[in-house]
Amino acid sequence: MPTWVQLVYLACAVCFILALKGLSGPKTARAGNLVGAAAAVVAVIVPFIYLDLDHVPLIVAAIAVGTVGGVIGAQRVQMTQMPQMVALFNGVGGGAAALVALLELDEMIPHADDVSWFTLAATAFTILVGSISFAGSIITFAKLQELMTSRPVVFPGLPIVFGGAGIAAIVLGVLTVTGPSMTVGIVLALLGLLIGVLLVLPVGGADVPIVISLLNAFTGLTVAAGGYVLSNVVLLVAGTLVGSSGTFLTLLMAKAMGRSVTNILFGALKGGSTLGAGEASDRPVRSAGPEDVAILLGYADRVIIVPGYGLAVAQAQHTLRELVDVLGARGTQVDYAIHPVAGRMPGHMNVLLAEAQVPYEQLIEMDEINGDFKHTDVVLVVGANDVVNPAAKTTPGAPIYGMPILNADEAKQIVFMKRSMRPGFAGIENELLFDPKTTLLFGDAKDSLGKLLNAVKAL
Amino acid sequence: MDEAVVWLTIFILSVFVGIEVISKVSSTLHTPLMSGANAIHGIILLGAVLVTGTTDSDVALVVGLVAIVLAAVNMVGGFVVTDRMLQMFVRKKKPAAPTNEGGAA
Repeated sequence: MPTWVQLVYLACAVCFILALKGLSGPKTARAGNLVGAAAAVVAVIVPFIYLDLDHVPLIVAAIAVGTVGGVIGAQRVQMTQMPQMVALFNGVGGGAAALVALLELDEMIPHADDVSWFTLAATAFTILVGSISFAGSIITFAKLQELMTSRPVVFPGLPIVFGGAGIAAIVLGVLTVTGPSMTVGIVLALLGLLIGVLLVLPVGGADVPIVISLLNAFTGLTVAAGGYVLSNVVLLVAGTLVGSSGTFLTLLMAKAMGRSVTNILFGALKGGSTLGAGEASDRPVRSAGPEDVAILLGYADRVIIVPGYGLAVAQAQHTLRELVDVLGARGTQVDYAIHPVAGRMPGHMNVLLAEAQVPYEQLIEMDEINGDFKHTDVVLVVGANDVVNPAAKTTPGAPIYGMPILNADEAKQIVFMKRSMRPGFAGIENELLFDPKTTLLFGDAKDSLGKLLNAVKAL
Repeated sequence: MDEAVVWLTIFILSVFVGIEVISKVSSTLHTPLMSGANAIHGIILLGAVLVTGTTDSDVALVVGLVAIVLAAVNMVGGFVVTDRMLQMFVRKKKPAAPTNEGGAA
């Protein structure tokens, strides 16, 4: 490899570090992403210049196909569907890494005696973990897209099958090192697919974002191992950066939800505490019409809005912003309380509200606003449930126990806008719905907010 | 120094850099950060190109081309979708903030 190529690759690796650094601050995030994209494009172009590659027209055509597919997907996706889009992109990346490693294995086999055991081990790792990441991400996608149930799926004997598959994978990994063959490689890939499916099936819908983040880190490590096999420093550095920062991010997210990663992955296997009852209750609640709620809101001094995923699903964020503007014009102080995991991924709600042009200053994070609830006249909960469920504080057995929540229960009045009495994503009942301070406004969030807006305007 | 040790050194240092650079991220940016990191590992496209461009078997060529398509979706789609998300954070400076001048209550 010529020196200039090595230097360009070094520059690209540095750019990836700067990209991650940029992405972690609000002012620099967009620039960071663009730096990363530019480095990736340069790194991919370089081999076309210094190597005499075969099949160039086909390769370019394949890149074009993938580019068009990626751009169309990225442009068309709704902001609400962002988590599953990330899962899908992550999955195809993992799949690509596994295929690359299989091809490398194929090239190594004729002269396997000259290949170090460590290289063979890294190849086996890439094949296995790339396949896990691919299959796991596809199941994650299916769960979030509601192509399948978002509840944990467990069947008797799952731990045994899972354990058996894990042991078989280790055995095949050792076989790849001692006597590499394509058959072993392909079986290892298939086993990886099985493990990926088994890994994600028992995870409940609310925990899926953590799993996306974890699989993202897996793919990063896969790419790093692939970089070692190909002796390519850009792949090694980029993959390792994603692997380590992704693992760290996963832990941060799990902490924000008050969960441990092991509990998320294996909780359902141990005795189903992530399985909620998942049924609508028929206990009495107090419901009201939009006019009644309008009076509550219109004459309040302080209102806090708790937005949730239901708001985004109904595409009601624009109507909500209008309502807040009208209330603000009447002299009411209105803020949005953003739970770290509101929406379906940490930070997801901020993206959704930013899309509706809600000013950044009105979005207040949980720790900052939690003391304000007791001085608040009305809390309006729109399409959220688990993030205000007091069971997180009071019921040790509940799946969300220990998750920090918004103290909506301390406010003078609570208004829930809900489609039905169905429990939230975590599948557990919310005691707050039955509180005497609570009023329910049933209906589609967009529809109800529209009526509410007109009623407030008419006051 | 043994070459494997050189690679191990790069690996270990990258682990620490990866953790260090994102350690101060606010939860607001978790989603775009995850998406951006996701795009970065799309660099496996480079690996797919290297392997495919040096193969002389037809089966390997087909597999390699599939890997290229998948990796390109990951890389390009990932960066584009991250940019779309981040665009929305930039617009926040518009004076859409509600004011208290109406005061009908």
